Amino acid sequence: MKKMLIPVIMICFAPVALQAQDINELVKKVKAKIETVNDYEAAAKMKTNVSFLKVPVSDVKVYFKKPNKLKIKSEKGISFVPKGAVSINLNNIVGGDNYSVLDAGTDKIGGVAVKVVKLLPADDNAPVVLSTLYIDPVNLVIKKAKTTTRDNGTYELEMTYGKYMAYGLPDKVLFTFNTKDYKLPKGVTFDFDDGNNTPKPADKEKNKKGTAEITFSSYSINKGVSDTVFQ
Amino acid sequence: MWKLLQIELFKISRRPRTYIAFAVITALCLVFQFAFKMDGKSYVDMMLQSAGSEFELDKSKAINGYFMCYIILNTLLIQVPILVALIAGDSISGEANMGTLRLLISKPISRTQLILVKFLAAVVFTVLLLLWMAVSALLLSILIFGVDDMILFRVKGEESLIMMIKQDDILWRYAAAFAFATVALTVIAALALFLSIFAENSIGPIVASVSIVIVCTVISNINVPIIDKNVKPWLFTSDLVGWKGFFYIKVDEDNQPIKGSLENWPAIRNSLYKLFANIAVLLSASILVFRRKDILS
Repeated sequence: MKKMLIPVIMICFAPVALQAQDINELVKKVKAKIETVNDYEAAAKMKTNVSFLKVPVSDVKVYFKKPNKLKIKSEKGISFVPKGAVSINLNNIVGGDNYSVLDAGTDKIGGVAVKVVKLLPADDNAPVVLSTLYIDPVNLVIKKAKTTTRDNGTYELEMTYGKYMAYGLPDKVLFTFNTKDYKLPKGVTFDFDDGNNTPKPADKEKNKKGTAEITFSSYSINKGVSDTVFQ
Repeated sequence: MWKLLQIELFKISRRPRTYIAFAVITALCLVFQFAFKMDGKSYVDMMLQSAGSEFELDKSKAINGYFMCYIILNTLLIQVPILVALIAGDSISGEANMGTLRLLISKPISRTQLILVKFLAAVVFTVLLLLWMAVSALLLSILIFGVDDMILFRVKGEESLIMMIKQDDILWRYAAAFAFATVALTVIAALALFLSIFAENSIGPIVASVSIVIVCTVISNINVPIIDKNVKPWLFTSDLVGWKGFFYIKVDEDNQPIKGSLENWPAIRNSLYKLFANIAVLLSASILVFRRKDILS
């Protein structure tokens, strides 16, 4: 009887073990793809949409160097770059091995079936509490990522891929982040009251969401990027 | 009329106090430019408030000539009325004080002509003062800080906003703003001229004009709903800052500024109408009072 019980248990738990192995393999493959890029310099347009910020689309250059250096610089003119936008570097999310991978099922993004994976950091004091990745298992790219941080709330990344898919680099990234309420004291700016002061909607009061849409036009991959760019 | 205007302008140019205004503007512009060259980033940090911790901004680019000019105008256009009152308030009372007013009206020119010439001379002075301001606040700032896109901080009702205008969309706004400021300051000139009719020395009308501007400016900046609704719309000082309307750029549904647009042109136009109406009323009143005035000095 005892001899029969062991194979039964093994048969019962084998799919779970295999599934865990599969999901680990998937994350490893995605990570391997991302790691083929040592550095890049990309030209992009950044469109920021934050309620208190009325700024035009800006031309930016995005510089990346392994393991986790990323800089967004304004090409021409002035730009407001969300500080959290450095997280568009996916190395920040899947880099290292100091996390546990959990299978969270499947979902669909833009009609594409994706695997939902949760990454739990092993370090209790890590700045990131939880990352949820939506991985396209066919093309081995991350289509969407949700990251919950200890201090800066939750931010989301939605990636659209095109001609640089082979490197795991997106053509477009929609970065969603939390913004605090921006408030200037009255009387500081001596503004012209044009009588067009619409009352502020209640839901806009605090902890609003902002987005930054970065559309890449070209990448120069693995051609070397100077460290001085990141200073 | 032209000859009379020339004489008036000659008289203004001979007064040392005329140049005080130009010297004051130059000095203030230089002080601002020096301060921002030394530590403009602190000012930008203060204005960014919480946005400073959420966004990266190249502050050295943000502190450029266009930004500087806006900051200077924002401060100076509250003080410049005092400088305009200094000249316009002296127009009639100065003549009375020197005892030349009776002599002047004994000449073959009508009293209406005399008032109009005095007013036009004050307007020319105002235009020259603003041109000098454009040179020292805009041109000099561009030379010192260069040009780039312009950031401006604004409180709109309950909201605080950070706006940005592309550098190729700025110069026409400054031209329009200076033109608007000319009309706004002409109201002060008309007010000071009107008050100068009642005095026999320059101090009274100058101080009275300045006091009226200060009181009305304070009321215009008090944020009390009852005053906002019932008093502010009637004060000319509420419209003095209408030049800023040329920098309030319209945005589309994605919050993107639309190049070449104005957020509320009707409001700017209405302010201009009100300022012109003020000028017309004050100038008409000046002519009316002066024509009936018994001139003894």
